[in-house]
Order: sequence, then structure tokens, then C-alpha cells
Amino acid sequence: MPGDAALELLIESKAFVSPAGLRHIILHDIGLTVPPGQIVALLGRSGGGKSTLLRITSGLDTAFEGHVRRPPGRLGVVFQEPRLLPRLTVADNLRLVVPDIMPLRIDDLLELVGVPGVGHHLPSELSLGMARRVALARALATDPHLLILDEPFASLDRQLGTTLAAKVADLARRAGSIVVVATHELEHALAIADRICVLAGRPARMEADITIPDRSDAASIASLRTNLLDRFAFLGSKRVAHPA
Amino acid sequence: MDEVRRPAGRSLKRITLDGLAATGGSAAARSARGRSGLLGIAPGRPVLSLLAFLALWWIGALLAADPQRLPSPERVLALAWREILDGALPLNVGITLARVLAAFAIAMIVGSVAGYLAGRRPRLNAFIDPWMVIALNLPVLVVIVLCYIWLGLNEIAAVLAVAVAKTPTVFVTLREGARTLDPGLEELATVYRLPLLRRLWWVTTPQLLPYLAAAARSGLSITWKIVLVVELMGRPNGVGFILNMYFQSFDVTGIVAYGLGFAAIMLVVETALLQPWEKRANAWRRRT
Repeated sequence: MPGDAALELLIESKAFVSPAGLRHIILHDIGLTVPPGQIVALLGRSGGGKSTLLRITSGLDTAFEGHVRRPPGRLGVVFQEPRLLPRLTVADNLRLVVPDIMPLRIDDLLELVGVPGVGHHLPSELSLGMARRVALARALATDPHLLILDEPFASLDRQLGTTLAAKVADLARRAGSIVVVATHELEHALAIADRICVLAGRPARMEADITIPDRSDAASIASLRTNLLDRFAFLGSKRVAHPA
Repeated sequence: MDEVRRPAGRSLKRITLDGLAATGGSAAARSARGRSGLLGIAPGRPVLSLLAFLALWWIGALLAADPQRLPSPERVLALAWREILDGALPLNVGITLARVLAAFAIAMIVGSVAGYLAGRRPRLNAFIDPWMVIALNLPVLVVIVLCYIWLGLNEIAAVLAVAVAKTPTVFVTLREGARTLDPGLEELATVYRLPLLRRLWWVTTPQLLPYLAAAARSGLSITWKIVLVVELMGRPNGVGFILNMYFQSFDVTGIVAYGLGFAAIMLVVETALLQPWEKRANAWRRRT
């Protein structure tokens, strides 16, 4: 069972040094405390610092000023790319991170993410969308206390992405996991998140941190959608490009 | 709707095999079997090539008309057969093969580990690189002579000399391999906290396989040639020692019999083991 420790992020600044030796600050003054069981959606432009923030959260990037306190226990991560081991079957990719996983559990997870029956296939036999869902299944296989998702539904159509997002959110809530999901799809964020944080500006700052009080209240969700689109026009660009 | 994709090559192979099973051995099947041949090598052309070589050799020997200078194939085969029957050839080939394998194993292990570490750690590489440049440019003969002087004319010196001569090339190959490791998969192993052995076995080694295969293949062919020199200079047995004996008496028949006999064995090792392994390792790389 996940403990009651929260995820605490305090990033004073995160900078990259260019090959020319110039220092570019890309994240500045970001504070975030996520209690157990909460799902946080990070919204922002492409290249706006979301993935960097997730890398810091997962512990892959330690070169920043500030501190991170992760809840003790298992970690599940879905990267932007599937990162499946090409020589291993889908089932063996799941076994890699959870060696004692039962075959039935593998089948259940693959069915949950919408790719049933591909356990014996090699990653090279899957489409990108399927491979990304297998990567999601791999992350869920660890029963993570902290689940970090970087654009996990990016290559899926909106309907499928929203359905899958809702399933993952339901699973995480029941398990009491902390979920941090980066997306540029406002609809995916509204479908699953208890809290929406918007990264904007250069360097990126937390320009909005909104907790959704009642997810079942369609009117308040619609109002939040309008409010966010009014404040952050870039969140609507995807909607204009791909009308539902 | 998502579809499970199959690489074209895999599908074609499957269809061909199914077709063979259904027809129970058609002309196409016989043709396919003929093309694959023993050890997966098409048999026609190498056999023709070898026959042409033997014919040229035989004509050359006939024209030279001097068995002391250029013996005919049948003379060489007759001597080789006698040496096989009295056990001298198998014994000396076996001794040389053991030295080759020992030196090869040491060079592969030391060169692979050092090359991997240097490829992953730039500071270590900066420190060790000048040593490798010197080692790569040091004549093998110098290494052999120094080993014999420092350690004596013994087995350890012989094997060590060969291993030292071979290790730098393995090091350089594996260093390149380590530099090309996919950082994404390394990060995956880090976030999922894979234990070291599982990480090495499932994540790192498969990516290094093409480099290991290349180092092994080139390494074996160089190693056995160096071993012959080492034996010639300071061992009382082995193919190199026997070649030296025949050289003392200007017996070309013996030199050719032992030289070709050992080369044939190494050729089998390479075609039966190393080439298929390298092909398999690189096939995985192409699939990704």
C-alpha cells in the first residue's frame, strides 16, 4: 500500500549550458506538493519544460537548484518514447521490471491499456501507439506509489486517449498513487486530473495551480476549461488544429 | 484500428516455410535447401573456389616439378594423414588451439570490461587512451620478446604475450560500442531500479553484442597467427614449434600440411560459430 508521504518539489532554478557556454534558465521558482492519491496534470507548450520537470521528479535529472522529496516506494515512469527492449517480447518487457509478475496480471494490464493479446509479440511488431500503451502497462505493473507520465496518450486519438486516461486515473485513485502527468491536451487533463498546473513563460514558471473541487460537476469543469483557454491561448491550439 | 505489424522479412520467411510444408518438398523447396546448405552457407561457390585452388596448386606443383619447393596436394595430404594417424598433428593442433582460446578469452574479457568502462567514463578514457595508442602501435614481436624475457620461456608468458597483443583492439571496439549505448534504455533501467546483473544482461549486453561479435571475429583470426609466432619463438610444442622444425629442414610439405590443417580448423570455428553469431547480433540491431 502506498504510504501517506507526499511528493514535494521545490525548484528554484534549472538551467542548461549551451555548447557555446551560455547558461539558459528553463525552469524557475516552481513549488508543488502532491498528497497521496492526487492526480496532477502539467500543461504547457511543447518544449515548455514539462519533460524536464518530470525528469527532475523521477530523479533522472539532479542538476538543479532546489530539492525533491519523493514518496518512498515504487516508481512507474512512462517516457515520451516507449523505450521497450527490442529483443524481449511485450510480456518479457513487463517481467523485466517486475520479475515475479503473474501471466494473468500481464494479460489484465495489456487489456486495461487496450492492447490485449500482444504479450508474445516483439516491440518491432507493434505500432507506435501500441508500444506506448505497453510502456504504460509496464509502469502500472510495478503498482507504483508515484506514477510519472510524459505525454502518455500523445499518439492516440482523442476519444481513445480520454478513455485510457480515465481508466488509469481510476486505477491510481483506487491504489492511492500519486500521478504526475504531462500533457498538452487540455481535454486529457480535464478528464483525469484532480489538479491542473500550467507551466508558461521563459523561463517556465507555474502560472496556474488549480484544484478541481468536484470532478462530477460538469458545469464547473466547463467553466474551468473556458477560464484556462482564455488565460492560456496555446492550450486551445490543438483543438483548433484537430476539431472533435 | 491498430494492427500488429510484422517486418517484411519475417512474413516472407514464414510464408516460404508454410509453402514448403504444404507441398512436401517442391523444386522451390529443394532450391531453398540448396541455397542454405551446411551451416547456412551456400555450398556451391565455396566448393568450386576450393576446387579451383586445388587445381591451380596441382598444376603449379606439376610445372615446378620440385616436391621440395612446391609439393603436390596429394603429397601434403599423405603427410597430413600420416601425422593424424600417429597423433602428432591432433596433439600439436590441440595444444595451439588451447593457447589460442586462453589468450582469446583473456583478451576478450579484459578488453571488453576496460573498453566498456572507458566508453562510459570520459575521464577514465582520457587517462587510459594514451596507453592504448602505445599498445596498438607496439610491434607484437616486442611484446612477445619482453614477455619471454620478463616471465621466462613458459606457458604463462606465451599466453600473456598473445593476450596483451590482442587486448587493445578489443578495447577500442568495445569502447565504441559503449559510446553508442542508448541513453534512453539506461534511464529506463535507472528509474525502475534494475539490479546490476539484470541491467547488464538485459539492457547493456544486447546493445554491445554486435561490437562483441566484431571484436571476437577479428580477434580470433589475429590471435591464432600471433600464437604461432609465440610458439615458434619459445615453446617446445604446438603448430608454431612444428612449423619451425620443418623450416629447419626446409620441408615445405610439412609446413604446408600443418599450416593448412590449422587454418582449416580456424576457418571452421569462424564459419560455424563466429559468423553466425555476428550475423545474429547484427540482425537484432537492424530490426530496431
